[in-house]
Amino acid sequence: MSQPSISKSMTIGESGLAVVFAATAFLCVIASAKALDAPFAFHAALSAAASVAAVFCIINRYFERPAALPPAEINGRPNYNMGPIKFSSFMAMFWGIAGFLVGLIIASQLAWPALNFDLPWIQFGRLRPLHTSAVIFAFGGNVLIATSFYVVQKSCRVRLAGDLAPWFVVIGYNFFILVAGTGYLLGVTQSKEYAEPEWYADLWLTIVWVVYLLVFLVTVIKRKEPHIFVANWFYLAFIVTIAVLHLGNNPALPVSVFGSKSYVAWGGIQDAMFQWWYGHNAVGFFLTAGFLAIMYYFIPKRADRPIYSYRLSIIHFWALIFLYIWAGPHHLHYTALPDWTQTLGMTFSIMLWMPSWGGMINGLMTLSGAWDKLRTDPVLRMLVVSVAFYGMSTFEGPMMSIKVVNSLSHYTDWTIGHVHSGALGWVGFVSFGALYCLVPWAWNRKGLYSLKLVNWHFWVATLGIVLYISAMWVSGILQGLMWRAYTSLGFLEYSFIETVEAMHPFYIIRAAGGGLFLIGSLIMAYNLWMTVRVGEAEVQMPVALQPAE
Amino acid sequence: MKAILTAHNLASELVTTIWTPVFVAIFLAIIAYAFWPRNKAAFDEAARLPLREE
Repeated sequence: MSQPSISKSMTIGESGLAVVFAATAFLCVIASAKALDAPFAFHAALSAAASVAAVFCIINRYFERPAALPPAEINGRPNYNMGPIKFSSFMAMFWGIAGFLVGLIIASQLAWPALNFDLPWIQFGRLRPLHTSAVIFAFGGNVLIATSFYVVQKSCRVRLAGDLAPWFVVIGYNFFILVAGTGYLLGVTQSKEYAEPEWYADLWLTIVWVVYLLVFLVTVIKRKEPHIFVANWFYLAFIVTIAVLHLGNNPALPVSVFGSKSYVAWGGIQDAMFQWWYGHNAVGFFLTAGFLAIMYYFIPKRADRPIYSYRLSIIHFWALIFLYIWAGPHHLHYTALPDWTQTLGMTFSIMLWMPSWGGMINGLMTLSGAWDKLRTDPVLRMLVVSVAFYGMSTFEGPMMSIKVVNSLSHYTDWTIGHVHSGALGWVGFVSFGALYCLVPWAWNRKGLYSLKLVNWHFWVATLGIVLYISAMWVSGILQGLMWRAYTSLGFLEYSFIETVEAMHPFYIIRAAGGGLFLIGSLIMAYNLWMTVRVGEAEVQMPVALQPAE
Repeated sequence: MKAILTAHNLASELVTTIWTPVFVAIFLAIIAYAFWPRNKAAFDEAARLPLREE
């Protein structure tokens, strides 16, 4: 079969995008020269450099590639696009280690405050958003993009839509992370939790996210498989809802188009409600729906068992969609938010128990008939333990949303412990499990370099999580009880500094737990690196056996 | 002070009230769809989808 020779020319996408990036580079140079503050000048210069690099890459890629674009199918089988998936997997591992490391640094700063060295750039207040954004959006986001591009292709049996578009998504998203992260260190923030990036980073993310949605949707529309697999529903809910949340929470008016500072459109309690509508649904749709998609694809695949109940997965999906969006007010108990709104948030949070546990049961029971694999396959064990952590933290969350419980737990370390049992145990482990599967598949390797190292990673990280969350539970409840203790004369029994002193040993234990979790991720990075470098290639179906055409 | 009854007020009252039964109805329809006996074979097939790809 020979390709008919066609004259090589740039596609509209290639030439158009090159022109757009060239214009962007020009505008960014001007913005950099006219900048009102140094961080904005830096970001404008960075964007100019990135735009020039993008133009170069597009043109270079055009000269390197054959005249015809990669075919959608080769010999009747889909020609899956693995390049952007490899890129995102690599970035996920990189940002994961960076994010865990920054977490360890700020945990150590809380235990030993002298570690901030009186330098503004590494103050807790700047490093904390760097940590949360690096682990949630940089590590988690890259895992979600990589796995969603893989799952949507495989379960739809079709090549990923777009030629440059998937690359635009993965590189553009990581450039957003770079701008956001360097901004935090330089003191650029709009001071909204989990939505700290300033207006220009928000605008860039909006463009990238719309392209992500289009790539995903068009791939689903082109599908060869009539049924849309449940994981794709979860991914789509994640992509669409994050777009809505991002646009809802971030409308802001910049002080100047040449400056980094902006003011958010919402004010007072409306702003607080918008913030936690955003914040809690970022948990619900970024950290839950997206990673549940991973659960519904990777656990059946790895265990070689069908999903326990596909009916339950449908109800799980729609119950999550209908309930999660109302749970945000539980972050604002006993504030100026109307009482009925607080109660509404609490009620919906408690109802979330049902879909959460339905989903957990569905994930765990998928192993029925294959439980013995937990003994021999540490990757599957990681995936299954992540689902157990999902069940644990989604039990704890609704409990903490009950107003009476919240009056003890809120503003204490209990919240930090709860978040990390979900983040390290659920999101972390399901991501590790997915990457351990995805890297050999995407790089076409027979298997991982070493299952023994996965086992080490599993136990070191598990020990780290246990240290972390148990320290924070004890610390948080102690803290809450000390804050509300009165003497017989009605005075507060403890000064604030006494409660801080009581936390000290737990902060050291927490830092030790975080350190173990970081060591686990380094073991993983080595294992994945060796899998790609020295792993044995999977034997390909011999193409020569195809009948001649 | 009692709100003046206008077409707009009436419409917004209706819209803010009616979504609860509408959403409940949609959700019940989804449950019926999930448990409809005739759909069982298709769902059992879909549960195996990750396992039967090349």
